[in-house]
Amino acid sequence: MKGKHHIALGLITFLVYVFLIGPLVIIMAASFGEQNALVFPSQGFTFKWYAQVFQMSSFIKAALLSIEIAFAATAIALLLGVPAAYAINRYSFPGKGFVKTLFLSPVLIPCIVLGFIMLRYVVSQWNLSVIPSLLIGHTLLSIPYVMRVVTSSLANFDFAMEEAAGSLGAPKGYAFFHIVLPNIKSGIASACVMAVINSFNNVSLSTFLTAPGVNMLPIEIMGYVEYHFDPTIAALATVMMLVTLGVMLLIEKTLGLQTVV
Amino acid sequence: MLRDRMGKRVWLLLILPGALFVAVFMLIPLFSIVISTFFPENTFTLNNYGKLLESVYFQQVFGRSVRLSLLSTLLCALLGFPCAYYISRYSRHKGVMMALAVFPLFTSPVIRSFSWMVILGRKGIVNQFLVNVGLFSRPQSLLYNEFSMTVGFVQLFLPQMILSLLGVMDSIPEDLTEAAGSLGAPKLTAFLRIVFPLSVSGLVTGAVLVFTGCMTAYTTPQLLGATDTQVLSTMVYQYAMSLRDWVQASAVAMVMIVVTMLVSGVFNHLSKKINPLAT
Repeated sequence: MKGKHHIALGLITFLVYVFLIGPLVIIMAASFGEQNALVFPSQGFTFKWYAQVFQMSSFIKAALLSIEIAFAATAIALLLGVPAAYAINRYSFPGKGFVKTLFLSPVLIPCIVLGFIMLRYVVSQWNLSVIPSLLIGHTLLSIPYVMRVVTSSLANFDFAMEEAAGSLGAPKGYAFFHIVLPNIKSGIASACVMAVINSFNNVSLSTFLTAPGVNMLPIEIMGYVEYHFDPTIAALATVMMLVTLGVMLLIEKTLGLQTVV
Repeated sequence: MLRDRMGKRVWLLLILPGALFVAVFMLIPLFSIVISTFFPENTFTLNNYGKLLESVYFQQVFGRSVRLSLLSTLLCALLGFPCAYYISRYSRHKGVMMALAVFPLFTSPVIRSFSWMVILGRKGIVNQFLVNVGLFSRPQSLLYNEFSMTVGFVQLFLPQMILSLLGVMDSIPEDLTEAAGSLGAPKLTAFLRIVFPLSVSGLVTGAVLVFTGCMTAYTTPQLLGATDTQVLSTMVYQYAMSLRDWVQASAVAMVMIVVTMLVSGVFNHLSKKINPLAT
């Protein structure tokens, strides 16, 4: 069947992809328009909205915070998740299934509910400030990614190699860092990519935890488009999409896109 | 022997930090919220849920959430199935097609909803087209209603449907349909009797992702909906942040958890059972 054509199916697929990608292309095109209102098709060609984006300190500040939280939360999730995933694959102990479910459970709770319960029972009861709350919340979001991907890459790892290193005299920690970790590093990398992207794009959890002046980028954008409708946001969106494309190219070159999704 | 005895304590040390983190910051708050809805003043009561379920407003919001989620799931299935089938069987650029499905998935839902604000707005390309072909004499209101929300939902979750369908369709051996063909089965019969039944598990997995995604999405209904088209997630936010009615917000949150867990539990179980290729 390969290589044959099916015109009707091909046409449907093309139209569906226009529906998926078209709106994003329109945003990119509209970001170069000279009019002050965001319209498509736009007239003229200018980079002034891009200059505008980089002059808006609220966006820059929010973008930096979003990036910092995404990376820091993923790092904490790795520190908490990788040892647990290792223990689940390496040792036999009672309640293993329960432990695994526990680490996967944040993904089962709707984000909007997670944000709400965190606000009510963690943030307001312990008087946490914005940054630690965001860090805790986003770590919760990232832990399931780490657990899922790292347990499945450890399932393909032969622990006899680690034991061989041990019987040849390697200390326990040495064997973990020099034998186990290098073998699962692509799994860890793809968990990181998914966790960082997911955290960076998150709205429904962060919206309960941010405060005026300390905002994450997607929420800053949501607030802006409620009152303004100019190409600045189109320019910002284009920058974000170019970064996304860059990340995807990087993944394809290193891990292969199929291993991530 | 020594290693075994050490191992018994090591696993506990390794899982404890993460387990405590999830327990303290999520599980305990979750139990607290369940208890707070049943024991608002230390005595057991179902009043909070009674009040919520009796409220016409909640019934409307709940109905809208379910209706829009079902409609979006149906549309995603109808659009995603032929796409995935084409990509899996005919496309010569499978990698590119997959990447093009992943790209919107990686793009912020805020940007994706915003793009519909540009397209469906009064000066947007759809209105221009409708006026130019003479269907309407002046631009129509296409935004901030259930239509724009559904469009947003479908575009948001369609990639997940396509990717989960691709996952199962790629595992169907092509020999099967070719064998059916060489034994005289018409193409349609081969599709209906072989490809479709083997794809149902992916369809169910995708449908669960789309349905629970729509039921819990916040950005899209917030940007593409209006105050008279609230859904469960915007209702939780409104009760919690605008009205400061913690108890009602908790009850709505519980409804969301129960519905999404029930749907994903039942249907994921079903999809495992009906996949003949599953090991």
